[in-house]
This record gives sequence, structure tokens and C-alpha cells, in this order.
Amino acid sequence: MISPLLLSLKLALVTSCLLFVVGLPLAWWLAFTGFRLRFLVESVIALPIVLPPTVLGFYLLLEFGSRGWLGAFWQRFTGHTLAFSFEGLVLGSVIYSLPFAVQPFTAALAAVDRRLLASSASLGASSWRTFWRITFPLAFPGIVTGFALSFAHTLGEFGVVLMLGGNIAGRTQTASIAIYDNVQMLDYQAAARQSITLLGISLVLLVAINALNRKRNWRLP
Amino acid sequence: MSTSSAVLSVEIGMSLAQFQLECSFRADSEVVVLFGASGAGKTSVLDCIAGFRAPRHGRIALGERMLFCSERGVNLPVRQRHIGYLSQQPALFPHLSVRQNVEYGLLDQPRPERDARVGSILERFGIAALAASRPAAISGGEQQRVALARTLVREPQLLLLDEPLTALDLRLKSLLLEAIFDWQRERAVPLLYVTHDQTEAYSLSRRVLVMEMGRVVADGEPRQIFSAPFSRERAALSGYENILDAVVVETHSALGTMTCRVAGTALLLESPLANKAAGEAVCLALRAGDILVATSRPSGISARNLLSGRIRVVEDCAGMVELRVRSAAGDGPETEFRVHITRGALQNLGLETGQAVWLIIKTHSIQFLRN
Repeated sequence: MISPLLLSLKLALVTSCLLFVVGLPLAWWLAFTGFRLRFLVESVIALPIVLPPTVLGFYLLLEFGSRGWLGAFWQRFTGHTLAFSFEGLVLGSVIYSLPFAVQPFTAALAAVDRRLLASSASLGASSWRTFWRITFPLAFPGIVTGFALSFAHTLGEFGVVLMLGGNIAGRTQTASIAIYDNVQMLDYQAAARQSITLLGISLVLLVAINALNRKRNWRLP
Repeated sequence: MSTSSAVLSVEIGMSLAQFQLECSFRADSEVVVLFGASGAGKTSVLDCIAGFRAPRHGRIALGERMLFCSERGVNLPVRQRHIGYLSQQPALFPHLSVRQNVEYGLLDQPRPERDARVGSILERFGIAALAASRPAAISGGEQQRVALARTLVREPQLLLLDEPLTALDLRLKSLLLEAIFDWQRERAVPLLYVTHDQTEAYSLSRRVLVMEMGRVVADGEPRQIFSAPFSRERAALSGYENILDAVVVETHSALGTMTCRVAGTALLLESPLANKAAGEAVCLALRAGDILVATSRPSGISARNLLSGRIRVVEDCAGMVELRVRSAAGDGPETEFRVHITRGALQNLGLETGQAVWLIIKTHSIQFLRN
């Protein structure tokens, strides 16, 4: 049986990898679109920052359950519900941590000097090549920041997981829920052990991001 | 890649913030200077040719290739136009070395050919020693040379230069210009060079297009263009706020000047020598920003025209102050000058309506207009 801490790490890793794949194109669109209603899209993406996790979790629970559109669809294909499963937690976390990935991605992509992109195009490069050779490397520190923030944010997730996953040991019991459980059962020692581990991981992660951002600060000529 | 010379033909129209741009010209395998004040639409024309923006209507063709045609709905993407574009900012990729920057436009070429072409252009522009450096580690002049090499190594069929050397000192500038023009002569491709500097326009080419308010108003040899007197309309458009009718009083061919009397007054102005005889009527133009103001009569000054006057109006315009100053010789009839000064100068001198001032006008800031 997988321990709560390992489950949390697995959830965080899968979530931030998915957010990289989903969030990067979204951020690219946000950074370069001339769409006038862009601010609406940005607001929706930012919603999880201000929304109580229980509210988000509640709506996701309805949607992921066998009566929800997505839940029913999922059940037909996999045979089990999306709610109370690891897959459900991943999907919930992707939505919950979306702004923590997309916002740094967007800021980093938008900060790349447009003249460099114009140069790249006039030197014959396709948009694809311009993105991978110029935009992406120059935005790299911000992209790492987004990756690490969504990782750390998912690691500490509590409300959404509780609403969506319940507390099934080895399947949906993450570290933060285990801590809560241990406190409820007055096992302060176990709670302290798990808390200090989470604290350490989060701190190391943030220090690493900041150190990286300090080092990879390209001076523009 | 073909290096055969192609003719550039441009015929475009679009709305800009200040005016309607309507511009058409052709350029052979020659150097053409696009000259005009900032905001005349030069850069917009270049951006349309390069493909960074689309005109509203018209066509742009380079040899056989149609780059833009509103009728046929053609608008070739920037990356397919094969045009070299160089502006004042070198815009080098900061995370790539000099060599990687230069080979960026050749990534589709097989490795041996790419290496050979990059190697030879690095040698040619004297930057081979910098190949491994990052752009931030080299000087501004070197950066511009790298940007030039990066553009030329692709053998563009047209070269667009938008005041590319403005930030450099004179010696570097002339070295780079020589390199650019040598290359242009060898490849025989059209080269459009944008500048707002008249001296540059004079020296660079035998053909100058003058742009004003989005239109090409003159096309020809620089000597013929810049010495030709221009019309009152063009003078007003080009920011000559003071246009005065005058009569030639006396010519001083040895000094290269003449004395003119402002019509209807006894006011005398010294102007540059023109092909006019005493008694002939002339029309003088003077920029409001070219007139200096002093609160007492200046002495020991090289300017030849010192006029006493009185401030009639102080008007705050965008970013500066316009004074209307009435001046006369003795008790004779007055004439009014428009003078532009900064707000700081206004405060510093404590100028106000009714105050007596001196106007200082350099001989060569006076231009002649076509009568």
C-alpha cells in the first residue's frame, strides 16, 4: 500500500506534468492573442485562487460522480467512478492548480522581447521553431517556476482532495489528509513527522526555484 | 539559393494614426534612401514590405514573387519573404552565442554548407574571434555587426535597413556602411535605407525618396532634391511655422549671405545666399524651434540676426511652449514670429506676456521657398 506522502508526491508530479502540457499552450495563447475578451478567460483560470477549495471540490464532486456528465462518461469507459479515485484527484488538482502554472507561464512568455520573435521570423523560422528555440528557452525560468508552484500547491492540497477523494488509505489519502486524520486521533507525533516533511519539501522547492531564477537571468543586449 | 537581382515594386495604402499612407515606388538592384521626418511613415512602409504588418490595400512584389496583394488575397508570412531586415536594435538572441545567432537562419541547410557559410561571413565581418561569446559580452558595434552577418548569411533578396547605425559612433558607422554597400554591390539586390538624417541621405546613395505624411513627395538625386526650393505647403507640413514674404536688399557673394527685408516692415534678416538679385521678392521659412530667446541683448554671439521684440502671447502646447513675439525695426510696422521653447526655459527666464525680449536667428536656419 502506498504511503500518504508518496501518494501526495505522485499526485503532485502527475498534476504538474499535465499542467505543463495543458498550461503551456494556454499560456502561449494568453500571452500572444489579440482576443478582446482575454480578461474573461484569465479570470476563470484565476478562480481557484480565490474560491474556497471546498466550493470547488463540491462542484467537481457533482460533476465527477456517476450522475455528472463527466463522471458518467468516465464510468462507461473505465467501469469505476471518477470521484473517490486517484484519476479524479489528478483531474481536480489540475483544475485547482491551473492558475499556479498558467500565470507564471504567461508572464514569462509575454516578457520575451517581441523584437527577438520578429527577428526569428525574418530569419525564416516557423512559429514552432521560434517557440522552441527562442521563446521557450528565454521563458524557461518562469516555466520552471510555474511547474514548481503547481507541484508545491498540489502537494499541500486539502479541501479539494477531501471533497473529491474522501479519505481512502492507499488510494486517495494524501499527506495533508493523513495529518488531519492523525490530529483527529490525537496522534501528534505522526502528524508532526508528516508536517515537517511537507514543510521541508516545500521550502527546498521554493529555494531551488529562486536560486535558478537568479542564475538564469539573461541580460538583453 | 538564387542571388539574381529582383526588382522591388511597392504600391500600398493604409490608415495610420495621423494620416493616410499612400505610397508607391520601385527599386532596382540599387541603394535607395527613404528619407523623412520621424512619423512620416517610413518604418510603416518597411514593416509592410518585411511582412510585420499588412497594408489595407495594394501590392508588393519582389521580382517574380508576389509578397502582398489585396486583390488576390496574398499575404506571404514574414518567414517566407526572404528579406533581410535590420533596425537600430540588433535584437540578437541573448541565450545563443555569436555563432549560433549567425547560423540561426540556416538551420535547414546541411551541416557542412551551414558551417562553411557561417565561417566565411564571420571572417568577412571580423567577428570570428567572438564566435563563442554571448551577445551581452560584446560591444554595441560588434553586436550590430553580428546582426548584419546573421541577416546577410541568408543571402536575402532585398535588404531593409531602418536607421541601423544611429547608435554607433562615426568611425564604426562608416566601417559598417562600407561593408553593407560592398555586399550590396556584389549581390546586386535592392537595398532600402531609412533615415531622418539629411547628411546621411546625402552621402549614402544616388537616389533618395522623400516621405512626408505617408506620401513620397520627391524621388531623385539628393543634390537636386535637397537644394530645390520647396513649396509653402510642404514647408508648413514639414514644420516650418514661420513663413515670411521678403525682398532681397543686398547680396554678399563673398560671404555667402544676403540681406533681406521682411515685406511691409523695415526689419532686416541675414539669410544664406540664393540665386536672387537685389529687389527680388523671396519667401523665407523658419522653424519656431530654431529661434532662440534672450531677456537682454546678447553680445559676443555668432548668430547674425538679433531682433528686439515684445511677447504678445504665451501658449502652452503639447510638451513645449509657443511664444508669439512681435518685432519691428525702430517704430516701423511689426511682424510676428512664432517661437518654441521648453517649459523649463519659460520658468527659468520668467517670461510673460508683454515682456521685451531678443530673438536670435542663425543665418542658415532660414530656408527659401518656391514663390
